[in-house]
Amino acid sequence: MTVKNTLLKYLRVFVVTFVSMVFVFPLIALIFASLRPGQDLMRFGISLKTLIPTQLSLDYILALFGPLGENYRSWFLNSIVITALQVVISIFLSSMVGYGLGVYRFKGRNVIMVLVIFVMMIPIQILILPLYKLSINLKIIDTYVGVILPFAVFPLGIFFFRQYVLGMPKDYIDAARIDGLNDYMIFVRIMAPIMAPAYGAMSILIALNSWNQFLWPLIVLRSSQKFTLPIGLNTLLTPYGNNYDVLISGAALATIPIIIVFIFFQKNFMTGMTAGGVKG
Amino acid sequence: MSFQEIYPGEVSFVGFSNYNELVTERFYTALSNSFWYTFWTIAILVPLPIILAVALHKATVGNTVYRALLFVPSLVSVVVAGTLIRLLFASNDQALVNSLFRLLGGESKNWLLAGQPYAMILLVVLATWKWTGVNIVYFLAGINSIPHELYEAATIDGADWNTQFWKITLPLIKPTIIFVITISIFGGFSMFEESYILWAGNESPNNVGLTMVGYLYQRGFQQANLGVGSAIGVVLITIVFIISIVQLNLFGFFKEEQ
Repeated sequence: MTVKNTLLKYLRVFVVTFVSMVFVFPLIALIFASLRPGQDLMRFGISLKTLIPTQLSLDYILALFGPLGENYRSWFLNSIVITALQVVISIFLSSMVGYGLGVYRFKGRNVIMVLVIFVMMIPIQILILPLYKLSINLKIIDTYVGVILPFAVFPLGIFFFRQYVLGMPKDYIDAARIDGLNDYMIFVRIMAPIMAPAYGAMSILIALNSWNQFLWPLIVLRSSQKFTLPIGLNTLLTPYGNNYDVLISGAALATIPIIIVFIFFQKNFMTGMTAGGVKG
Repeated sequence: MSFQEIYPGEVSFVGFSNYNELVTERFYTALSNSFWYTFWTIAILVPLPIILAVALHKATVGNTVYRALLFVPSLVSVVVAGTLIRLLFASNDQALVNSLFRLLGGESKNWLLAGQPYAMILLVVLATWKWTGVNIVYFLAGINSIPHELYEAATIDGADWNTQFWKITLPLIKPTIIFVITISIFGGFSMFEESYILWAGNESPNNVGLTMVGYLYQRGFQQANLGVGSAIGVVLITIVFIISIVQLNLFGFFKEEQ
């Protein structure tokens, strides 16, 4: 029995280590690849040969900040601006709606909640045509507003904030009301600080979604100056592969911020992920 | 919108003719690609993460690191992930996957252009790489909510690891399994970006990578036919809802609610 248990333990460690290595490998390969001349990649793809660093140089990464990377810089900037705006706007709106749905009792509250859950379940891909038509009518094609507006309210966020508020004692609110605060002040001064962990988890989730968003910006944005990173990188991905230098280094550089954020906020990331309200 | 013919500046009602236009080989290809992609992602992305989650659920330092390593791919944007797959599965002899194959006595393949099943393999590999970590987190949340006493009692009763897994862990994470399968159905049928990146645009040879959303994009945007595009959308949403209702029924989800 003990021999079997020890064997099982080693097997477990071996399997988990092996799988983790396989999963991380492509990212390590990407980072190595970004330090090598792009022609190699064009010729060989990622191969054992390109994995061995012959000349570790930051030239290709640095090139992104030189004249070659002029577009790349504006894509990076666009991505940062759009992600930041999206996080701020949708956190603000979702937390207010979630708070309202969680605290106040009014007619139609459940109807709204069912609607929110319904919207949560419909994949955005299916809605892009009506959304596109609406955007044309609103004249927001090829603008930041066009990218952000459809996702200004984040249904999962509403759901999450509501659950969070429901789990809190109502006494705080009553006490604040007796002290003469109005509803808005209660929200800003009392509730928002209490909801800080929820804000953390949701911000990360929204930032991640927004940073990697692909289909909608692809449809809305027209001029290459306004592209976000994923869309910009995509334009470098041609069958002829002339731009592999910029593409690979650019891809590595686009991935690193998110990984750094992840390392810092790992705990919040995990809560954000399980926020869908799965009760096992 | 699906009953209208829509061109810039003019909209007219055309009844079901948009739907008639869908009875084509292309539509069928898109439908079957989406279906098989969903099928394979569920077939792999449920058992594999469950096994890993069981292996990782003790909260030791080592396990936290493994968990983080497995989760990182899901942070990567589809463009980057697709590019990586393209490079790993490049067509020449030296590319990593081909060189592994040759090592095992196989032959190099031009994965992207070799037709089915290779196109589907690439898509499923990409999905597995990107989503295993996320599903592990879901299953871990499920496993962690199982009361510990159950395992202790089982151990006292002499149940071994194997029995505990089948008799305690699996039945008790059933809600999580249902949840993961449901989001996998939605995710599978709405997949588009992956194949768009792998074949650098929406055109793949013989439509090996064409998906329902890809077809919607093709008709709706590339050919600017919003009416037919909307019809595809309606068909898609109907299919997804029917499948998930059937699936939820099979699992007795609605019964449990009452």
